[in-house]
Amino acid sequence: MVAIVDYGVGNLFSLRSSLAAIGEEALVTGDPSRLRAADRLILPGVGAFGDAAARLRQSGLDQVLLEEAQSGKPLLGICLGMQLLLQRSFEYGTHQGLGLITGSVTPIAPAIPPSYKVPHIGWNALNFPPRRSLHPLFRGLHPGDCVYFVHSYYAAGCESDTVATTEYGAELTAAIARDNICGVQFHPEKSGDLGLTILRNFCEL
Amino acid sequence: MITKRIIPCLDVKDGRVVKGVNFLGLADVSSPVKLAEFYSRSGADELVFYDITASAEGRALFTDILTEVASTIFIPLTVGGGINTLEDFGRVLGCGADKVSVNSGALRDPSLIGAAAKRYGSQCVVLSVDAKRLAGQFRVFAKGGREDTGLDAIDWVRRGVAAGAGEIVLNSIDTDGVKGGFDLELLAAVCDAVNVPVIASGGAGCPEDFVRLFQTLPKVDAGLAASIFHFGEVPIPDLKRTLRQAGINVRL
Repeated sequence: MVAIVDYGVGNLFSLRSSLAAIGEEALVTGDPSRLRAADRLILPGVGAFGDAAARLRQSGLDQVLLEEAQSGKPLLGICLGMQLLLQRSFEYGTHQGLGLITGSVTPIAPAIPPSYKVPHIGWNALNFPPRRSLHPLFRGLHPGDCVYFVHSYYAAGCESDTVATTEYGAELTAAIARDNICGVQFHPEKSGDLGLTILRNFCEL
Repeated sequence: MITKRIIPCLDVKDGRVVKGVNFLGLADVSSPVKLAEFYSRSGADELVFYDITASAEGRALFTDILTEVASTIFIPLTVGGGINTLEDFGRVLGCGADKVSVNSGALRDPSLIGAAAKRYGSQCVVLSVDAKRLAGQFRVFAKGGREDTGLDAIDWVRRGVAAGAGEIVLNSIDTDGVKGGFDLELLAAVCDAVNVPVIASGGAGCPEDFVRLFQTLPKVDAGLAASIFHFGEVPIPDLKRTLRQAGINVRL
């Protein structure tokens, strides 16, 4: 059983539907005992980092996520959910993340030429770092396969845990992973068949 | 590099796709769900659904259809038509839409753009503008192109983006239905005015029109069309191959 962490942030309709489409019955819950009972956890999220991090803390779900991640349970962060795995974010101030993966969240705009639009919206190609075996999350995918992004901030300083990048005037982090913890900046639930493949791969980790 | 998006647009009335649809091999050619599946398999990068229903019953039917589409199609979905209030945003987002397109609703109440961006994020607020040449300017028209608002289109787009619109769909009334190509002059003016994604609409007749669009105006992010896709005149896989051969980056 996959549990989608419900902490009052974001629209979970598509994520739950896409898991159903690959035959995974997903539970959307903010109940710590049900999250602890799940085989794997997905941390979604859209919106502002500070607000989302505060909600996780206020609900006590941050501790649940830390304990479950440290126990070895597979955890996938999506979009803002991926950013929350990092140590801190500089989105409207400085905010603490879960710190499960080394790195911080910084604005895209200063990193790219001014002719590039922000947010980075649309289908962009995945690149996989050379000299590193393909992460199991991307089994069946190839360099150049496109997935759907919508974001204005990106994960920096996480090079040693970066398992996919995308080119947008600069090399932006597309996915990070360390042991059982992984995160994707793009939306697998909006990335067509390849997105479903990635979700299926996560469910087999 | 980010790819240029190709977006079919479906008008839905009382739960059915209207405007003639002429696909071989589709048993139910006016089923929004079947068409959405077809387009998704063909490589559409996104789908736009316009609810052109007037009645409350039709509106309820539309949200049922939307829910079914969003449960089976996993590409971005934009919904427009009859979006006048924040509650309308909430209604379609709750059924699985990713973005909401406002047009007349924002003209009647411009504060809707900012309120929606604040609650749901700019990334899901799309400002759709119907523009037409009049008295030496591009003028905004309301009510599906029937009513002159007196507003300058470039000013209106600028105001919309400043208020929080995250994307612009620009429909040229002058080129719509003519199939002589997109309105490059209007699009160039809007691309110069704002730095959010711009989706070109109105005028596509053949794959070369899309090639010309993206080659002439590299700042345009997407091309939207309806009948040429529905009638199978321009199959999306062929269109994307033509674009790729012309050196334009697309998702194949």
